[in-house]
Amino acid sequence: MSGSFRGMDVVSIRDFSREQVEHVLKLAEKMVPIAKGEERSVLLEGHVLGSLFYEPSTRTRLSFDAAMTRLGGRVLGFDQPTGASVAKGETLADTIRMVDSYSDVIVLRHPQEGAARLAAHFAEKPVINAGDGAGQHPTQTMLDLFTIRKEKKKIEGNSVVIVGDLKYGRTVHSLSEALAMFGAEVTFIAPPSLQIPKEHLKQIESMGHKPKIGNTLAEVIKEADVLYVTRIQKERFPDPAEYQKVAGAFRIDLEMLKDVKKDMIIMHPLPRVAEIAPEVDTTPHARYFEQAFNGVPVRMALLGLVLGGLK
Amino acid sequence: MKEFKVTPIRNGTVIDHITVGMALKVLKIIGVRDTVTSTVSVLMHVPSKKAGWKDIVKIEDRELDPKELDKIALISPNATINIIRDYNVAEKFIVEVPNVIKGIMKCSNPGCITNQSEPVEPEFVVESKKPITLRCVYCDRVTTDLAESIQ
Repeated sequence: MSGSFRGMDVVSIRDFSREQVEHVLKLAEKMVPIAKGEERSVLLEGHVLGSLFYEPSTRTRLSFDAAMTRLGGRVLGFDQPTGASVAKGETLADTIRMVDSYSDVIVLRHPQEGAARLAAHFAEKPVINAGDGAGQHPTQTMLDLFTIRKEKKKIEGNSVVIVGDLKYGRTVHSLSEALAMFGAEVTFIAPPSLQIPKEHLKQIESMGHKPKIGNTLAEVIKEADVLYVTRIQKERFPDPAEYQKVAGAFRIDLEMLKDVKKDMIIMHPLPRVAEIAPEVDTTPHARYFEQAFNGVPVRMALLGLVLGGLK
Repeated sequence: MKEFKVTPIRNGTVIDHITVGMALKVLKIIGVRDTVTSTVSVLMHVPSKKAGWKDIVKIEDRELDPKELDKIALISPNATINIIRDYNVAEKFIVEVPNVIKGIMKCSNPGCITNQSEPVEPEFVVESKKPITLRCVYCDRVTTDLAESIQ
């Protein structure tokens, strides 16, 4: 494994083998005390992260900032394209070539699919995809895997129920493929209009897995080891009444959790709106805030690896 | 005397066994309005022993470049190219679908970065040749309906 990550782009989870992901997760575990501020590190001192966010983001951007800063590095960039040369009509390729000369690693979030692959094409320095449109978000997938592994000791064999907007939710597509790669059993629960696209289903089936598909949570929640909840976006529904009906049917509250396994954990990529009632936050099942924190050690491990500070 | 619907050509290219209905797409690919200066004959819906029906295009005084051949292969993978020199078939081959497609078609995903004004040629990996299935190198979108995407 040594040396194979240095200079590597992190564009899609599909670019990683299971062994490589496991290596990242193992290193992330070691980063936890530094991420919490309990230990100091100068691992990436003198390194600069170019952080380009063409779309709003809270968790992803701040956790990359935190990860780089905790390892002694510095961050430059923008969190909205207004005012930047982008707003003046500069191509992404040109912005990337410029930032490439100012920094040692580039983190990019962009509304267009394939933007990170294009950036990787033009940059000599490693590019980390922080979400490209409805496309990939590999570091989110890794932190989700990290959370499951940490809470359940292993990923393999767990029954993971993924619920919500499975059609447009980018985190769901890469996560479900990765879960299949690790041998977890995946169940997709969504209203028919927001069910997992056939293309993704085929991809998972080609890995030798047969995920279950349904539209009622009550039937499957009892057997779940992990309940992964995603936001159902209001704007996907032309009729507000239809949205209310669907959103209500997939809302997780105490009543819904009555018969679940004791050690079942609930995850959510956040931000949540009404999918999980606040009363659930204090139950032993809630793990979404830990999950958000886990973004820091996982991104530390990745930054350390692509910059050559970690092996 | 044998009756010809279209007479043999002296020099040029005969594209035979075109998937029926694709002849007009082939004309677009060879740029019949811009780069062709001689006669072009088109036969559509011709009986074919192999496929039932086929289209044929004959272009006089012109041979095709590799990009044009790749494009024809994508919309009509069984097309045969006959290069005619002095009324004789000088070369005959079936078009071949390449493993990587670069710069000859655009991505069918309107949200793909290659459909913006970026200085990059769209690129696809051929995932399957029967039926032809392409995956965009940039956005991962899988395309099977190629006739609409060829530039």
